[in-house]
Amino acid sequence: MPLDLSLSRRKLLKTSAGAAALGIVGAPAISYAQAEAIKIGHITPRTGFLGPLGEYAVQAVQLAADEINAGGGVMGRKIELVLDDSPNPQQASAKAERLIQRDKVAALLGEISSASALAIGQVVQREKVLFINTGANSDALRGSDCQRFMFHIEAQNSMYVKAVGRSLVRDGLVRGKKWYSLTADYAFGHDLLRVAKRYMNENGGNHGGDDLIPTDLADFSPFLLKIRTARPDVVILNLAGTQITNFLKQYAEFGLAFPVAGFGFDTALAWGAGPGNFGGIWPVVWHHLVDTPNTKKFVAAFTTRWKRPPENQAWGDYCSLKVVAQAMAETKTTEAAKIVEHFEKGAKFDLLKTREGYFRASDHQMMMEMYAITALPQAQVKNQWDIFTSSPPVPGPDESLEAIAATAEENQCTFKAA
Amino acid sequence: MDFIPLLSQILNGLQNGAYYVMIALGLSMIFSLGGIVNLAHGAFYAIGAYLTVTLAPQIGFGGAMIASPLLVALIGMVVERYLLRRFYTGDPILGLLLTFGLAMVAEQSLRIIYGAAPVPFSIPQALRGQVFIGEFVYSRYRLMILGIAAACVLGLWLLLSRTAFGKVVRAGVQNPDMVGALGISLKPYMTAVVMIGVGLAALAGVLVAPIAGVHPAMGQEIITFAFVVVVIGGLGSFWGVVAAAVIVGVTRGVAAHFYPAATEASVYLLMVLVLLLRPRGLFGERIQKFE
Repeated sequence: MPLDLSLSRRKLLKTSAGAAALGIVGAPAISYAQAEAIKIGHITPRTGFLGPLGEYAVQAVQLAADEINAGGGVMGRKIELVLDDSPNPQQASAKAERLIQRDKVAALLGEISSASALAIGQVVQREKVLFINTGANSDALRGSDCQRFMFHIEAQNSMYVKAVGRSLVRDGLVRGKKWYSLTADYAFGHDLLRVAKRYMNENGGNHGGDDLIPTDLADFSPFLLKIRTARPDVVILNLAGTQITNFLKQYAEFGLAFPVAGFGFDTALAWGAGPGNFGGIWPVVWHHLVDTPNTKKFVAAFTTRWKRPPENQAWGDYCSLKVVAQAMAETKTTEAAKIVEHFEKGAKFDLLKTREGYFRASDHQMMMEMYAITALPQAQVKNQWDIFTSSPPVPGPDESLEAIAATAEENQCTFKAA
Repeated sequence: MDFIPLLSQILNGLQNGAYYVMIALGLSMIFSLGGIVNLAHGAFYAIGAYLTVTLAPQIGFGGAMIASPLLVALIGMVVERYLLRRFYTGDPILGLLLTFGLAMVAEQSLRIIYGAAPVPFSIPQALRGQVFIGEFVYSRYRLMILGIAAACVLGLWLLLSRTAFGKVVRAGVQNPDMVGALGISLKPYMTAVVMIGVGLAALAGVLVAPIAGVHPAMGQEIITFAFVVVVIGGLGSFWGVVAAAVIVGVTRGVAAHFYPAATEASVYLLMVLVLLLRPRGLFGERIQKFE
């Protein structure tokens, strides 16, 4: 196509009007201080089976940015968010590149899909920009695919499995018992099944079978019929996104009585199933009933602004921006390499839990407490949000935070030279 | 020994086919008469589900089952009168783009009003429970869906084959110019067909709301299957769509039994096979205006 350099007056007017309109939509509602704002890129799926979680992620990161800016910003500079969505891994990688090269963001936050996080990890390593993964769980991201510039505030699959696994062992659902699993058919699910098998084998469980579930499947009835025939002692779900909601509703509908537990979970999906449908024991990285003053403050602020309580994905994106802002303030720089070094030295961060967390230098996983939640019987449910009870923090107060994480033997990470 | 589980999957496939048919029939009718590939059909299904969640607390699930499809049919009427009507005779790609845009507007509107997270909704207490037929145990609610879908198919077939209305619609599908030459305007018939079509899709949405997640993208999930059903069944064929819906449902069930990872892929494979052997679909008729 030949390049048209002649620019008519009309065209110029139209273009600048358009640009002005875009500027109004794109700019956050803050007036800038004299110093230039620090741009932070946020990228997460907004549509598809992970879309419901992406909405929480975006609302939470906006709340965090506004709180930081209301408190004077970072080093006297405002935080400016550049939001984008990532429907699939190809787009995730292209958009990450664009945020870095065109928007010159100081850091990237977000993502929920493990497959997309993997793609972004490769981009940030090449571009040497900090990336904090707020929602992708696959152990491989912290192991075979780990990157020096990628950190994980979201817990890894091993942590999810070990956090809820303790409750399952306590309830006698593992040793000598037959478990049957349903697994989401993409990077996250495959990785979770691998980790789950390792844990269950070590604790004496027998695997009765697994079905891989396509991510766009909405009707679980063929699989529920298979579970009924298999008669397992416990049904384990390695599912993600709206898959979990659909499964829970249909499991209740089919009236199957085998205990249900999951190794991956998000509370929004339990809320979507509703009291009476939601059942079983599940691991979460955080939930809105955690009994700490900072959680209460966050839940109140989020609920006031967005008219619903935050769920665990909201926690991840909220905390990750706070962590990055704090690290920039402490190191007095936005330079990625310096912040990576600061994280690796074991800087501590408040994560709205009882203990502070820190990134483990060997694989960049946030070491922190987790929780196992159990569905309340329908009669005890008072509102649509508080439909579960929680275990105390796992690991317990006298244990190392590393107790539930993958060990170096289980998941080896070697960072390529930066 | 291994026969009972397979039989259950086949019966379950029948039930799944039941609700594909409710969506695919409308899609097929709107295409056959108006020549519009209605990509917004799934959106009407989603709106039906959301209306149920909103209305059921006030007027009960039974009330919502009647009110939601009627409200959606009214929306369908407005959409037909002011939008679709302009595109019957033009380039089919324009109608495609219009309905694609409508689907996105509808999905975003649901997202803005209700949020992206699934909205909780459960089966009414009275409809819960299981039915035992020998070795075979099945959900009462799903048997009810099967019954309602069968009634809809029968009703629609009677309407199209036994009434004056049906005669004009069938004639309009075959040769609209001749119908016009006889002094009959197809416009009110087209409005009625769209209303019936989207109303049926909405009813499917109502029925699925208690057993699957109600979220803005649910229409997208179902629309691909509905298209596959229409393509396999053959354009313009009423019983072709019904048969294809059942075949697609059963194929999924059998695939889940033998090779679960291919549950969704099996349906597309089936479509490829059918199109290779019969490009017009299983029961596809020649329709003059598309030749």
